[in-house]
Amino acid sequence: MRLKTRRLLDRAFSGMGLIAIGVMALALVVILTPIISKGTGAFVFRSTIEHRKVMSDHWGRGNADRVEKAKGQAAAARKPVYDLLSAFESELDTMPRAERKPYKKPLRDLQKALQNLLGPAPGARTPVLIRQQYGATRWDRAKIKLDEVLYTEEWDYSNPEVLGVLVKTPRVEQFCGTKLEPLFAYVEENSKPMMQPRWTFYWQFLFDTSKDSHIFGGIGPEVLGTVYLTLGAMIFAIPMGVIAAIYLCEYAREGRVISFLRICISTLAGVPSIVFGLFGLAFFLNTIHISDSKSVLAGALTLSLLILPTVIRASEEAILAVPRTYKEAALSLGAGRWHTVMTVILPAALPGILTGIVISMGRAAGETAPIIFTAAVSVGRPLLPSQVLSNPTPALPWNIYNLCTEHEAVDEIRHVQFGMVFTLVAVVLLLNVVAIIMRAKISKKLRG
Amino acid sequence: MNEELRMKRAARFAGHEEEDFALRPAHVQAENFSVFYGDFEAVRNINCAFPEGLVTAMIGPSGCGKSTLLRAINRMNDLIPGCRAGGKMVFDDEDIYRRDIDVVLLRMRVGMVFQKPNVFPKSIYDNVAYGPRLQGIKNRSQLDELVESSLKQAALWDEVKDRLPANALGLSGGQQQRLCLARALAVKPEILLMDEPTSALDPKATTKIEDLIAELRGKYTIIIVTHNMQQAARVSDLTAFMYEGVLVEFGRTRQMFTKPKEQQTEDYITGRFG
Repeated sequence: MRLKTRRLLDRAFSGMGLIAIGVMALALVVILTPIISKGTGAFVFRSTIEHRKVMSDHWGRGNADRVEKAKGQAAAARKPVYDLLSAFESELDTMPRAERKPYKKPLRDLQKALQNLLGPAPGARTPVLIRQQYGATRWDRAKIKLDEVLYTEEWDYSNPEVLGVLVKTPRVEQFCGTKLEPLFAYVEENSKPMMQPRWTFYWQFLFDTSKDSHIFGGIGPEVLGTVYLTLGAMIFAIPMGVIAAIYLCEYAREGRVISFLRICISTLAGVPSIVFGLFGLAFFLNTIHISDSKSVLAGALTLSLLILPTVIRASEEAILAVPRTYKEAALSLGAGRWHTVMTVILPAALPGILTGIVISMGRAAGETAPIIFTAAVSVGRPLLPSQVLSNPTPALPWNIYNLCTEHEAVDEIRHVQFGMVFTLVAVVLLLNVVAIIMRAKISKKLRG
Repeated sequence: MNEELRMKRAARFAGHEEEDFALRPAHVQAENFSVFYGDFEAVRNINCAFPEGLVTAMIGPSGCGKSTLLRAINRMNDLIPGCRAGGKMVFDDEDIYRRDIDVVLLRMRVGMVFQKPNVFPKSIYDNVAYGPRLQGIKNRSQLDELVESSLKQAALWDEVKDRLPANALGLSGGQQQRLCLARALAVKPEILLMDEPTSALDPKATTKIEDLIAELRGKYTIIIVTHNMQQAARVSDLTAFMYEGVLVEFGRTRQMFTKPKEQQTEDYITGRFG
């Protein structure tokens, strides 16, 4: 009976453990799958001729001859569209006024939809906004734009029992019997020659500045800003944290003050990150005026405060894990405390300290709240190292939030949002992998 | 221990049979010396002198305070919070517990080998050179020489001379312990403290360490704590028997193991308790 109970308990426990791990693995898959599949879409995708135009106009990329050739092919494929349009316009001119009027708005809508797909018509005035100077740059977006050319969408609220229903009507119905009627069939059939889709690996996405607030281009300034902020935070946090840990473990005498300090550090680790952000604003910017505006410096300092408890804790644990016998050996050979720490304890604690540091680096790279008020802006150029003391910067975590919530064309730049998330997650994962490898290597060296 | 050496030792002892070791100049001397852990008195009011150049063994059951007394000689007990000493420990006419004593200098003069081999996770060379480097010796050839002579003294040179840059943790336990000995010798101490140096070693490695102690006898004042009474009998000139923090008997090893003065000593030596 007792044996049975024990077995039952064991089984129940391992069952629960398996379920817990399974749920975790599932969550990981559910989270990572879209991040990876959609995030890589920012780098590898079918680009249209419009993308190649942007690339060659703004960055001078691509083989000029080939781009010209593709442009020529696309223009040739598009020519009938514009021919049909002008034919329709001259047809309109011959119509009596009353007949002409109902076509006015549908025509304007169609021209707009066509411009979204193909860019401005040849010979038209160049629009001011860069985003209107080009058509759809990605084939997946182009297909949506194509749909908008072919169909009009309207919400039907006639049935009060259900929510509004989206009704799609072929646009061709608006132009029945006119010279424009064949346009739709033509566009549908010739979308590929008009857009010239081709698989592209746009690795420069990581380094390019964005054009017209992320409609085109990459996330260079954000990546660079994140690097600045993270490195800056580490520059402040590592020396402070490690020295504090050494002091707490090796120098401080256990007493009320030290216990109080330890409680403070634990509490600091539990403070919500937004509070750190507000503190950074209130202290670094408003009180000591470390810079005139938000700046990388203020953000890095705020982030360093945020990760300081983690660095201290990890270093403390690593130092305490160093066998006491090492310390005894060093002392017995006539080493002072300082020498013992520098020559024996720190080298032996290094794997643990480094792991803590790299993990907090991942945290610093991903934190949003502390930099909202102290460092981050939505749009900006890449900063030079000399500018970090006084200038704010875009940064991945903040811009992810910003692009998903406040951008004026949220739907147009899904790929950028996912690309940013993917990059950030990749950076953090990479840092963690580096930590694991570093730890393994150093402890192997220490073990001999 | 090999037989030849044993014979030699026996011969040497025979010559000094009548010499009272206690008459040799004391190198370290405890005067009314006590050690407290908080309120607990681990070592109680001990008076004894460790003569220069001889090997003194300290025996006694676990927790009797022999290690504490040993570690008091180079003030290793300072590391333990709440530990304090009373009375005097005189080394070179100075009480080492006086306030103005430089503990670092003291520890350079009093070397120590611990219970478990505690080599640093560094190369064999760096392990031995650790102490000399602390003393400011940077000259490579001087260091090389010191490392070689120390390793030779510890009878390790032949085994490691071809792999000095290798990590010391790759050595066997016995080799590691001899490396610890070499490391301690490289500092050129006057006194060598050994805290159960062979308790973690196999019999073969133990023999080697014991042989080394015999060789170092005369050059250094050696104080060794051991649980192994045969070992005490084999390696030491003098033996101190401690029980519950009190020094019960202190005298010549031969006499102590043949006709102890105290009943407690006899009981312990014959294995009635401990």
